[in-house]
Amino acid sequence: MKKFNLSKTTKDNLWTYGIVLVIALITGILLLTGNLSSLMEGLLVPICSYVILAVSLNLTVGILGELSLGHAGFMCVGAFTSAFFSKLTENVITVDIVRFILAIIIGAAFAGLMGILIGMPVLRLKGDYLAIVTLAFGEIIKNVINVLYIGIDSKGIHFSMKDSMALGLEPDGKIIIKGAQGITGTPKDSSFLIGVILIFITLFIVLNLIHSRDGRAIMAIRDNLIAAESVGINITKYKMMAFSISAALAGVAGVLYAHNLNSLMATPKNFGYNMSIMILVYVVLGGIGNIKGSVIAAVVLTVLPEVLRGMNNYRMLIYAIVLIVIMLFSWSPKCLEWREVFMEKYIRPRFAKKTSEEGK
Amino acid sequence: MALLETKNLSISFGGLRAVDGFNIKIEQGQLYGLIGPNGAGKTTIFNLLTGVYRPSEGKIFLDGEDITGKKTIDINKAGVARTFQNIRLFKKLSVKDNVKVGLHNSYHYSTLCGIFRLPHYYKVEAQMNERAMELLKVFDLDGDAETTAENLPYGKQRKLEIARALATNPKLLLLDEPAAGMNPNETIELMNTIRFVRDKFQMTILLIEHDMKLVSGICEELTVLNFGKVLTQGKTGEVLNNPEVIKAYLGE
Repeated sequence: MKKFNLSKTTKDNLWTYGIVLVIALITGILLLTGNLSSLMEGLLVPICSYVILAVSLNLTVGILGELSLGHAGFMCVGAFTSAFFSKLTENVITVDIVRFILAIIIGAAFAGLMGILIGMPVLRLKGDYLAIVTLAFGEIIKNVINVLYIGIDSKGIHFSMKDSMALGLEPDGKIIIKGAQGITGTPKDSSFLIGVILIFITLFIVLNLIHSRDGRAIMAIRDNLIAAESVGINITKYKMMAFSISAALAGVAGVLYAHNLNSLMATPKNFGYNMSIMILVYVVLGGIGNIKGSVIAAVVLTVLPEVLRGMNNYRMLIYAIVLIVIMLFSWSPKCLEWREVFMEKYIRPRFAKKTSEEGK
Repeated sequence: MALLETKNLSISFGGLRAVDGFNIKIEQGQLYGLIGPNGAGKTTIFNLLTGVYRPSEGKIFLDGEDITGKKTIDINKAGVARTFQNIRLFKKLSVKDNVKVGLHNSYHYSTLCGIFRLPHYYKVEAQMNERAMELLKVFDLDGDAETTAENLPYGKQRKLEIARALATNPKLLLLDEPAAGMNPNETIELMNTIRFVRDKFQMTILLIEHDMKLVSGICEELTVLNFGKVLTQGKTGEVLNNPEVIKAYLGE
């Protein structure tokens, strides 16, 4: 029999896909057998979109090495453009899945485009400055959408930033985006299955990108910009590539999120600063540059507050303690040392034994 | 025609004339040394040659082509590669990937080809791996190919930097203090490697070095720099015995 010799990166990638598959299967079985509370059921699609967000932000933060605090802004762009499209074509394209695939493409394209537009000025900055400016752009996107009014009638699409009266619609017209009230009645096309498929597509894109020629260039820029330039890497091109792909994937998460809600509003809670920070927490806790970790962190940290709901007042307190403990466990030097010793003592010898036996 | 020629190369930082009227002519295949006391402007000259700084005055010609004021990546594409005084590796990447980043512009496939793993991707990656391993073998690093670069011992990190620079297929290799921080044995090994690189790749090498044993051992010609100005130029033996040079290094 031919023995498969997988490289370390391939093995690592398979682990990542495997983890998602296992979590999805377990959740799927629980869902089908009716063992999931309605609360958890409602969380399934948001969890999928948080996972996509965490993985895509890890591309910017972990792989490109630039701290972005405006990731929710790109999600917002994806959510609203796609919801707008779906609402507009609800009666034109009657096959749900076709309309949803088109919505995903549109959401990703607009978010990616926004990534390029914002990336052009922002990526000239470094470190803290870049973080602050992305934060500002994220808020700008949210606030602009909050005052946006778009309506449609027989004459075409009307647009205003004042109020719904300023649209001047004919009596037969309908308002699609209604300022702070957002979009209501978006077709509910998202499902857990679609969410999982989108997670796989995101992982496929991100992992394959990392382990390709372009990915190496992006990581080279992260590790040493001056050296990367000296071996002929086009810094602007690759920074822009990583940033816009990351933005486009955040857009996909936005599409998924938007098509799960009956009324989509750009509130600070779902598309604001808090959201951006929350995604960053997933990335940091999962390990910067560790895609597998982002997935796990996003799932655990979304489920955790809901599981703790029974403890009522102490819920957020425990959540905070758990956050701190994970942080200490994954980053403190003593813990790292302990983990290393543990691996050396108990895990490695077993593997070594196995391989030496296989060798015979 | 000289491979590298500079004419009256100068740069000022504010009121400081860091490099003043620097002229040099390096022939194809030469091993050329650039020496001088600390702060003489040696690394500044490297930064001028590789486009990190733009010269205030003067011209740089590589193989007859004017590369003055070009961007770093274009100068690299024109055929100048360098190493750094303080090692600048891609720390988190594997040793092999460091070299593969150096091969970036020699092997091509599109982004989509990389994401969707088309057959072309596997073909080009295999070629890149093969070429990278060839280069690593030259420096006796092939056993460490999968090691993370930051975990290499110091001497090997220096070698990896040279390997990465060579991966860009340059005409001229600039080495900034390659022997810094090495013990005498490592230095001798490095001397052999540099000579080997020159012979195997028919490379032209310009190096900055403080270790006089290395300089007198391998450099054919020298330029001595002091306070941004050329003190003397010529054959290694003559230059090192020049009383002016001794004075610049040791004082009166």
